[in-house]
Amino acid sequence: MTEFALEEMILNMGPHHPSTHGVLRFIVRTDGEMMLRATPDVGFLHRGIEKIAELMPYESFMPYTDRIDYLSSLNCNLGYALTVERLAGIEAPEKAEYLRVIGAELTRIGSHLIAVGALLLDLGAVTPFVHALRERETYNSLMEMLCGARLTHHYVRIGGVAFDAPDGFIEKALSFVNHLEYEFLDEFNKLISFNSILIKRLANVGIITPEKALEFTLVGPNLRGSGIKFDLRKDEPYSIYDRFDFEIPSGSGKFGVQGDAYDRYWVRIEEIKQSCRIVRQAINQMPEHGEIKTKISKPFKIPAGEIYVRTECPRGELGFYLISAGGKTPYRLKIRTGSFSAMTIIEELSEGVMVADLVAIIGSLDVVAPEIDR
Amino acid sequence: METKKLIELLGEKLSSFIVKADKMPNNDLLILIKKESLLSVMDTLKNDLELKFNVLMNHLGVDYTESFAVIYNLYSFKLKKKVTVKAYMEHENPEVDSIESVFKGVNWFERETYDLLGIRFRGHSNLKRLLLPSDWEGHPLRKDYIYPEEYNGLILKREENCK
Amino acid sequence: MYSLADIIYRRMTETFGASDFLEPLFTIVSYLLPCIAILGIVSLISGALTLLERKISADIQNRIGPNRVGPFGIFQFIVDGVKLLLKEDIIPDAADKKLFRLAPYIVFSSTVLAVIVIPFGGPFIVADLNIGLLFIVVVSSLVVVGFMMSGWASNNKWALLGGIRSAAQIISYEIPVALSLLTVALITGTFSMQEIVKQQGLYPWQWFILHNPFTFIAFFIYFVSSLAEINRLPFDFPEAESELVSGYNTEYSGMRFGFFFVAEFANIFVSAALAAAVFLGGGNIGIDPYNSPLGYKLLMALVFFAKALSLCLVTIWVRWTLPRLRIDHMMSLCWKYFIPISVFCLVLTAAWLVAFKGNSVFWRIAG
Repeated sequence: MTEFALEEMILNMGPHHPSTHGVLRFIVRTDGEMMLRATPDVGFLHRGIEKIAELMPYESFMPYTDRIDYLSSLNCNLGYALTVERLAGIEAPEKAEYLRVIGAELTRIGSHLIAVGALLLDLGAVTPFVHALRERETYNSLMEMLCGARLTHHYVRIGGVAFDAPDGFIEKALSFVNHLEYEFLDEFNKLISFNSILIKRLANVGIITPEKALEFTLVGPNLRGSGIKFDLRKDEPYSIYDRFDFEIPSGSGKFGVQGDAYDRYWVRIEEIKQSCRIVRQAINQMPEHGEIKTKISKPFKIPAGEIYVRTECPRGELGFYLISAGGKTPYRLKIRTGSFSAMTIIEELSEGVMVADLVAIIGSLDVVAPEIDR
Repeated sequence: METKKLIELLGEKLSSFIVKADKMPNNDLLILIKKESLLSVMDTLKNDLELKFNVLMNHLGVDYTESFAVIYNLYSFKLKKKVTVKAYMEHENPEVDSIESVFKGVNWFERETYDLLGIRFRGHSNLKRLLLPSDWEGHPLRKDYIYPEEYNGLILKREENCK
Repeated sequence: MYSLADIIYRRMTETFGASDFLEPLFTIVSYLLPCIAILGIVSLISGALTLLERKISADIQNRIGPNRVGPFGIFQFIVDGVKLLLKEDIIPDAADKKLFRLAPYIVFSSTVLAVIVIPFGGPFIVADLNIGLLFIVVVSSLVVVGFMMSGWASNNKWALLGGIRSAAQIISYEIPVALSLLTVALITGTFSMQEIVKQQGLYPWQWFILHNPFTFIAFFIYFVSSLAEINRLPFDFPEAESELVSGYNTEYSGMRFGFFFVAEFANIFVSAALAAAVFLGGGNIGIDPYNSPLGYKLLMALVFFAKALSLCLVTIWVRWTLPRLRIDHMMSLCWKYFIPISVFCLVLTAAWLVAFKGNSVFWRIAG
């Protein structure tokens, strides 16, 4: 007697595939529409940033941190600057800290806009993506005002920031966050967030229980989506985040189970709101005049020692483990990123779901390829 | 909890393993252990009810030219404290136990360390190169790494002024 | 005489005189001329629809849309067509070359075939077949052969998945489409498209959509199912670009892709036109379509196009608003909801016809 054997099909999803967000590859074993397993294959964007760091003076490495995660370059700048400052024992002036926070939170807004927009685009809703990009355009021109660059900001320097806020920036930033919080998000939610097709696509898909999230070292919005209220800005305040009043949104199974793709989507929408609140408070508290950069010694050297500093990036914890041997360059710099751990869980989540769900899972985890490979 | 108290607590729990305990510049704790005791230290740190360092934040390997080191950063929700665990090993054939049985999420971190530094992890379920192509020669993050001039016919020669 | 072909045939026999020798020639010419005309019109309409789609989507997304070629970019689709014609036609080495070449033509021709029995208002119909409605249902499901063929022949897994998806989808949604069209056929007692249009009237309460509550439901089932039939969002699984790259037409380029593209938009028009003719009164303005001045005939065509195009607009609007369903949701929607409901509509319409002697809800005012 002949037995019916399932014939597996191996799909090669990527490195050039519309929904892999950069250059990623998944080796997908499927049985028709059902997926047996998707194995990620990363490394296409490996530029050896950690090796480059060992060859560079501390200040010169700053532009490279822009390229770790191009969607949230200012947050990466900030993480690196804080690491170096703490090891060197430098304090940035107060005004610089405020400018850093304003920039970082604006960048978080911009990054989350892309994250939710790209997720919706992968689910076939093109219009919300364009609406999100329209708002991101305002953010881009705001950053252009602040530091002259629209994508790779290179705004934060060791010991402060590069430029003071130009005239009109504060007003424009305020109206941007007001528009976002009070107008855009409501409209966006009405347009798509509560759409029943979207809920059907995202709720109960890619469920990550809190235990699993910790086991796979998920961080940031992905961790909070699983219901763990942990945010470095609140639990381990760096810079001046202890001066602001904001909440940590977390997944509660709004339309499905706690930790599903919809929760992660919704956490990002809520975080945009909280970032708007922080920007507003920072603008109100910021001193009008003051130094924006502490002078650092030249050539800049750091005493021997090692440190691990982590900051809250839009994609979760961005950690820099810096080992200094006392020279002009780092002895070893390890960059730990959020997307790296988000990638590890995809293989586990992909078992027994449909091809369309894999797209939703990748989108909801908000993976950015260069951050994985570095 | 004060860092001092944590040192005492850890000394109590891990007295036989800790070689040296130190404070890092941001008041984190760095404990130096022997590489043979890595698994049991990790197990205690994670599963001890008073410690509960159940979050693996980071893992890296370092090439100290005469030796290698693996470093693990752990965090405890309970104590709200970070701890850095460091273990040295010899430079020839660096090998250490994989802690995958304790922290499942370390899988890719260890693969990356193997890929870039060539430290082998005993008991790792899938110790293959992660970022570099599988036929790449050498481990770039080693201090004595020599840049290849060519890879599969691609010219990779660095220009001198890049340095 | 009811159709363009018949009219042309009559004119030819009047001019040249009837003869047994010329008769086959007359027949061929009388059908060929309107067919060629319809080919041009369909291409023009689908071109215009691409432009409309781009303009409307731009409006929905706060963009400007095409505005370079001609005033407001209205010649953009012509330029796009020329571009497609000039592009290199690539056939993958591993493809099944014969099938690969054939597939676009099957898709395109099955779409155009359906247009033959679409009544464009007044006497403007190529052939008023007495099985018109069935003809459309049958011919439009031929599309799936072309899709499967292109998916299989491309020798590409994404294309294959797209082809299989389209087969599953189109064949499933064929059923609710046919059943909801049959509810109307029950009322009219004929499949002839001209006759179906003729039995309705100028005013909305004379249309079959408001004939009874069940045709009202049937209209919406038809419309949603037709979205699935023509692979539009939220049912665009065969070419879901974020999942299957581009689905069945992944490997196609140049004019072969152009055929798929034109067929897709022609399909939108066909399904909208069918809904307009069957449910919304078509080009009927309460005047005899054959023995009226040319002005009235053109007015009828205008009314028809207005109805069909507004349905096209709804199709486009839906596409740029909704996200995509998942394929299992789509299948369960069809088999668990649409098919039972449309069967009920069919049965209850029959019951209605028996109970109320074939009168509509508005029979007092509709007369």
